[in-house]
Amino acid sequence: MSEQGQRIEVATDQDVVRVRQLVRTLAVAVKLSLVDQTKLVTAASELARNTLVYGGGGSVEVAPVDNGRRKGIRIVFSDQGPGIADLDLAFTDGYTSGGGLGLGLSGARRLVDEFDIVTAVGEGTTITVTKWCR
Amino acid sequence: MTLSADEAARFAALLEEHQESLVTTWTEHVASTLRGRLSHAELQRQNSELRRGFRQALAGSAQDLAGEPAAELRAQLAELSATRARQGFTATETAVSIFSFKDAVLTTIDAASGGDAIALRDYVAFSSFVDEAALFTFDSYVRVREELIADQAEQLLELSTPVVKLWEGVVAVPLVGTLDSARAQVVMERLLQTLVDTGSPYAIIDITGVPAVDTQVAQHVLKTVVAARLMGADCIISGIRPQIAQTIVALGIEFGDIATKASLADALRYVLAKAGQTKQKRREL
Repeated sequence: MSEQGQRIEVATDQDVVRVRQLVRTLAVAVKLSLVDQTKLVTAASELARNTLVYGGGGSVEVAPVDNGRRKGIRIVFSDQGPGIADLDLAFTDGYTSGGGLGLGLSGARRLVDEFDIVTAVGEGTTITVTKWCR
Repeated sequence: MTLSADEAARFAALLEEHQESLVTTWTEHVASTLRGRLSHAELQRQNSELRRGFRQALAGSAQDLAGEPAAELRAQLAELSATRARQGFTATETAVSIFSFKDAVLTTIDAASGGDAIALRDYVAFSSFVDEAALFTFDSYVRVREELIADQAEQLLELSTPVVKLWEGVVAVPLVGTLDSARAQVVMERLLQTLVDTGSPYAIIDITGVPAVDTQVAQHVLKTVVAARLMGADCIISGIRPQIAQTIVALGIEFGDIATKASLADALRYVLAKAGQTKQKRREL
């Protein structure tokens, strides 16, 4: 990871807005295209809200990354919430355990280039997403 | 360290005896930290009132700021912080105004007693009393600022959700900024009320000013559209820019049979054409 990583604790709706602003700022800095910026900001918004609503709050770390060929942004969302029991069900379009549209988790996966989820019931959830410059 | 009754009484006497030099020295200290943003006369008046407050509290043998004898002093301090907070002074500048009272008192004690041991002990006790007072100002200051911020947030909510009449029978809601649940609720209420008040058959929800359309925003907009439809109004969503369109597709959000347009102008043109058709049909019948 890079030395410019920044961390935001997510405990209220305002924090989700701060995450979105931070992601946008860094996405502009690594010169993501406007479409990719918007996709990444939207994915970050979905996942940060999941961290807040389903994970009971947690933290979000945003950092620019560089794999030698391309630059990008990596975001890690982690919470110590109840975890996800059935991942397949959670990734089904239209399924929600809350009151949303049921598209946030699956939609966020389609909005980024790399998506990694580690979860265990009772131990929380950590999601890592990466978006690369094209 | 709390003030003993003796110490309080001695200090009350000191504050009374040297009142003029105290207030003058204190005012000079404060004036230098505020750099002329408050007039000298104004500061002089505030400080002389505060000195009276301190003296009264000590004469009532206040041991700390929390007690009954210091009630009036607390009210004065809260008043001072509230005024300073509204005038835009920083919390530090406000607290330093009180802290510098110690400097003024020290100067006076030095001149009066030549620095003997009792005076020094008295001063330490008194000093912690002033510290408490300054911290109290700090607290009040923060509280007032938070009230100001809450007020502004509420005003912003009002400001940012206008419903405008674009044309005869066409109302529009230009959404700007973050659409959270509180704002979505305000927007829906305003829109539905305006539909009733103006009897408009068409409503345009413009999301040009919404930076990111995620599922929550989409859900709020969809709910508003459904509610407007229930009241018999036709709803059009406008301001879908290319990047937003691609994001919505990737997220998998369906707008169903709701008309969406790239710009507000397109939406208005569409509505006017539709309204024109309806009129024409009526004429033909």
